[in-house]
Amino acid sequence: MIRYLKKQNFWFVFTPYFWLVLFFFIPLALIFKISISVSEWGMPPYRDLFSLSEEGFKIDSTLSNYLFIFSDPFYIRSYLNSLSLAFTSTILCLLIGYPIAFYVAKSQANIRIILLVLLIIPFWTSFLLRVYAWKVLLQGSGIINSILIHLGFITEPISMLHNHYAVILGVVYTYLPFMILPLYGYLVKFDLNLIDAANDLGAKPINTFLKVILPLSLPGIIAGSMLVFIPVVGEFVIPEMLGGSDKLYFGKIIWDEFFVNRDWPVASALAMSGIVILVFPIVIFQLMYAKYNFKNE
Amino acid sequence: MQNTILRMNKLFFKILTLTIGFSFLYFPILTLIAYSFNDNKRVMVWKGFSFRWYKELFQNEQILEAFYTSIKIASLSATFATIMGVMIGFSLTRISKIPARPFFIFLSSSPLVMPEIILGLSLLLFFISSNHIIGFPSSKGQLTVLISHITFSVAFVAVIIQSRLSSYDKNIEEAAQDLGTIPNMIFWKITAPVILPSIISGWLLAFTLSLDDLVVASFTTGPGANTLPIVVFSKVRLGLSPEVNALSAIIMLIVVLAAISVYFINRSHIKK
Repeated sequence: MIRYLKKQNFWFVFTPYFWLVLFFFIPLALIFKISISVSEWGMPPYRDLFSLSEEGFKIDSTLSNYLFIFSDPFYIRSYLNSLSLAFTSTILCLLIGYPIAFYVAKSQANIRIILLVLLIIPFWTSFLLRVYAWKVLLQGSGIINSILIHLGFITEPISMLHNHYAVILGVVYTYLPFMILPLYGYLVKFDLNLIDAANDLGAKPINTFLKVILPLSLPGIIAGSMLVFIPVVGEFVIPEMLGGSDKLYFGKIIWDEFFVNRDWPVASALAMSGIVILVFPIVIFQLMYAKYNFKNE
Repeated sequence: MQNTILRMNKLFFKILTLTIGFSFLYFPILTLIAYSFNDNKRVMVWKGFSFRWYKELFQNEQILEAFYTSIKIASLSATFATIMGVMIGFSLTRISKIPARPFFIFLSSSPLVMPEIILGLSLLLFFISSNHIIGFPSSKGQLTVLISHITFSVAFVAVIIQSRLSSYDKNIEEAAQDLGTIPNMIFWKITAPVILPSIISGWLLAFTLSLDDLVVASFTTGPGANTLPIVVFSKVRLGLSPEVNALSAIIMLIVVLAAISVYFINRSHIKK
């Protein structure tokens, strides 16, 4: 390795390389190893993959953890629930965030900076506390119920917490800034004269939007969607605080399998399947998108 | 005439969108702050104005200790992550011969897309195994949380630094090299000052990532290393806590003050 590098460059490459192999790659390899190990009572609660005894070298591996997951609709449903939560909330964030980002980007410079600061403040405020705020609002004795009762829409407080709609609301609320900020970043560079030009040439506003504005803001849409979709897939905190038992999600299942059932091999197999099912498509999409961009340049 | 009506309509629609949008963003936080002054143990039933929960918050040693732990871990994690993030950004843009380069790129970018629950699980199992095999780390605690936070923050800093380094003119460095400046000097005198703003924003991002993290810390923490999100989560997981309302108000105040000062620093900078 040293042969290739000048001495002063060596530490620049080697330090982070070593760190990431040790604390990122090896742990991932380890959950792969545990996921194909046999469960066992004891500490650690799985049998060693390789053993050397009088009978000789033995490999004790199994695919039963994976078969177990994929034969039980409970786990498959939780994967699908997480994917549909991520998909729904990404679309909602986009629909709500796009007009906001658009109008902020189109504002006059002095107002724009104030609006931008107002967008960044929730972004820097603790994620957990913003989820907690909705828990307070949606309580039976909470402010939304009080308003609805006061206006005469309902007579008794309705239970708005502990269902998957509350989870979607919480996700959209906490991840909205992640959608708005990259969209804003692209829309603010956008030349407003292009809209005037399209209008002058007789384009209907809807066509101006679909054929001029939307294609030019596509990179922002993709960046924002990624920033929402990826973390929401593994989201644990929001379903735990606002959700109920009507829908279970992937993150919660791993958590329970590890902390409650103490079944390390199944928890690891869930995590590995999660990487394959949820993360690989995203990586492939990004690579394809990068290639597409490269070709267009 | 028709044009004016159209323009008025557009302006109305714009103000309406922005009002609804910003109300949605701020209504929950502001309600939380308002109710933090409520003199009632039942969070949502208004009894009267008081600073009671702020007093109790500042006497709650569990929260204060967790706050101190979080700040300590976040600043250390941000510092180490920034140093390594700069190293990665520099390596990927300036050093052509990196052994197994695609693997290095994979390592430095995939923490970005790895769900935190998987990251937390894998690190916990790693710490347990390594304790089993070589006896290190001897127990889970602040050190293991710190290592985990550095690991996922590095990727975020690296992205910021890398995009800055690849967008600025390399010729300046080459010119310095032609003039006989030694490579170390080039880094400290030319590259580092140019990327300083990115280093600062990378540090701040890593700091907030660590301060905000609940999931990875829950997996990798041990006795005596409760971070603020862990304590807050245990308080609000099953119910509401008026002390947490007070805490939210204080955090909001800090963020708003920071945002305002950044705004004024930027403005005076631009005026100059």
